[in-house]
Amino acid sequence: MRCLPRSLPRGGRPAVSAQGQAAMPQPQGWQGPRQRGASPGASGTAGPRRGQPRLSCTARHQPGSRGRYQVIEGIMSPVNDSYGKKGLVSARHRIAMAKLALETSDWIRVDPWESEQETWTETVKVLRHHYNESLRLLQSKKEFMKNKQPIERSTEDSLSYQHSGLPELKLLCGADFLQTFKTPNLWKEEHIKEIVEKFGLVCISRAGSDPAQYINESDLLTKFQHNIFLVKEWIQNEISATQIRYALCRGLSVKYLIPDSVISYIAQHNIYTEESERKNEGDLLQPLKLCNTTVNPLND
Amino acid sequence: MKSRIPVILLACGSFNPITNMHMRLFELARDHLHRTGRYQVIEGIMSPVNDSYGKKGLVSARHRIAMAKLALETSDWIRVDPWESEQETWTETVKVLRHHYNESLRLLQSKKEFMKNKQPIERSTEDSLSYQHSGLPELKLLCGADFLQTFKTPNLWKEEHIKEIVEKFGLVCISRAGSDPAQYINESDLLTKFQHNIFLVKEWIQNEISATQIRYALCRGLSVKYLIPDSVISYIAQHNIYTEESERKNEGDLLQPLKLCNTTVNPLND
Repeated sequence: MRCLPRSLPRGGRPAVSAQGQAAMPQPQGWQGPRQRGASPGASGTAGPRRGQPRLSCTARHQPGSRGRYQVIEGIMSPVNDSYGKKGLVSARHRIAMAKLALETSDWIRVDPWESEQETWTETVKVLRHHYNESLRLLQSKKEFMKNKQPIERSTEDSLSYQHSGLPELKLLCGADFLQTFKTPNLWKEEHIKEIVEKFGLVCISRAGSDPAQYINESDLLTKFQHNIFLVKEWIQNEISATQIRYALCRGLSVKYLIPDSVISYIAQHNIYTEESERKNEGDLLQPLKLCNTTVNPLND
Repeated sequence: MKSRIPVILLACGSFNPITNMHMRLFELARDHLHRTGRYQVIEGIMSPVNDSYGKKGLVSARHRIAMAKLALETSDWIRVDPWESEQETWTETVKVLRHHYNESLRLLQSKKEFMKNKQPIERSTEDSLSYQHSGLPELKLLCGADFLQTFKTPNLWKEEHIKEIVEKFGLVCISRAGSDPAQYINESDLLTKFQHNIFLVKEWIQNEISATQIRYALCRGLSVKYLIPDSVISYIAQHNIYTEESERKNEGDLLQPLKLCNTTVNPLND
C-alpha cells in the first residue's frame, strides 16, 4: 500500500496531530521498521512539524487490517504556492524543510511534483499522478527483473518481485478532512467518490472525537467505509503549524516541536516573519477563485 | 541589559522515559520568564527520581539518566543531574530544591573567588558582565498544573514544605489551554499569599506526550518516532529497556513516601 497524505487547513484548527498507538493491535506479519511501508504522508501548507511524520508512522499500524497491508512508502506533498493561503511561504522553502525533517526517516519522502505545477492542483489529480508513478515504477522494475539471469536475482529481489501486486495509494488525513466532504459545494461529488472508492483514506483522529459519525452521515462514505481506515490518536500531540509560525515571529522557542534542522533552516533564511504572515492576506483561496463551487481545503 | 535576576529551573519527575514534552516545558518556562523582563534563566536542571520511589514500571535510574543525557545533547542550557537518583533512598522535593540551591550558591562563591584573584586586564568583558549580573540566583520548581492541585490533597504534603517551596523558591507551572490553575491558587490561602512567586504559563500548543503511553507503545512494538528523540529510541532498543516485565516492576507496592509515613507523599507526574 502506498499512501499519499493530504491534510486540510481549516482556518487554524489543526487536523493533523500525532498519533498514539496504545489501542492499536500489531498487524500480523509485520516485520518491524525494516520493512518499507507506504503510508500516506501528510501534505500541508506550512512547514513540516512533528505531527505530520507521526501521522505516517501510526497510520502504518491500522486496526482492522491485521496482516493485510504492507506500507511501502510515505509521500508528503506540499501544496502549490498558487493555492493562495494566508502566510504560505515559497514551496522552495517548504520542500527544503520537509526534506530536512525527513532525513531520519527510511520510508517517508517529500515529493515536489504538486508544488512544481503551473497552478494549484485538485487533490484527486495529485492522487492520480502518484498512483500512475507507482505503476510506472513497478512496471520498470518488472522489466528489469525479467532481464536478469536467474542466478543474479537475490532472495530479497525475488521476494519483493513476488509481493509486488499492484500497490494501493491511500490519502492520509485528519478527521476534519472527512468533515469537509459534507460542506456544500466544497467538493465535486465525483472526486469524493474517486478518492474513497479508487484510492481510500487513512484518517487519524483525536481521542474523544468520533469520525465514524461523519461516515455514517454520508451515503457515499458509508458505501465505501471498508476503504476508510479510522486510526485513533491516543497521545495528544497537536502541534499547529500556525502556532509554530506565531511563536517564531515572536522570537519564542519551538525546540522539540519541530526538528532542530528545520529550526536552523528557518533562522538561516529568515522565513517566518510578520511580513510572511501577511502574504495572501485577504485573497481568496485559488480553488475558490477558479470556481465558486469547488475547493479542496487544506489543513495546517 | 539592565540587571535581571538569574534563575535556575528545576524539574523533578520519573522521566521514564524522557519525552519531547518534558523538554518543551523548559523552553516554555524560559520564554515566559524572559518576557517578564525581570529574569534571566541561566540553567535548567532535570532531576530523575530515585529508584526507591517505587513507582510502577520505573526502570533503573542508570537508564533514565542515560536517556535524558542523550535527549539533552542538543540543549545548551538544560542538563540532567543524578544527585537525587544517587541518594540512599527517595528524597522529598523540598530537599532536592535545597540541595541544588546550595550547589548554585557554592558555585557562585567559587566563581567570585576566582574573579577576585584575576588581574584586571585578565578579566574579559564577558567575565565582567557575568560577574556583575550574578546577583543571587533564584531556583524555581518547574511543574505542570496537576502538581499545584496535589497541594490540596489532605496529608499529601507537609504544610511547611509547601510554604518553603512557594516562599523561598517559587514555582513555574505549565498548564494546558482550557485548564485554569489560578483557581487552585485561589482555593489555598498559602498559595494565594505567595502567588507573586508562582508563575503560570499557558501551553497553547497541545503537546501532552505521556511517558506511560510511550512505554505502552514500546512494549507493543509500535512507533514512538517524533515523540521522543531518535537517540533515546535507539538506546531503548539497544538495551531492551521497556518490556512487559519492566512494566510490572513495583506492581502493587506502595510508593516510598507512603511507606515511610502515611501522611506525606510527593506524587510525581509522568
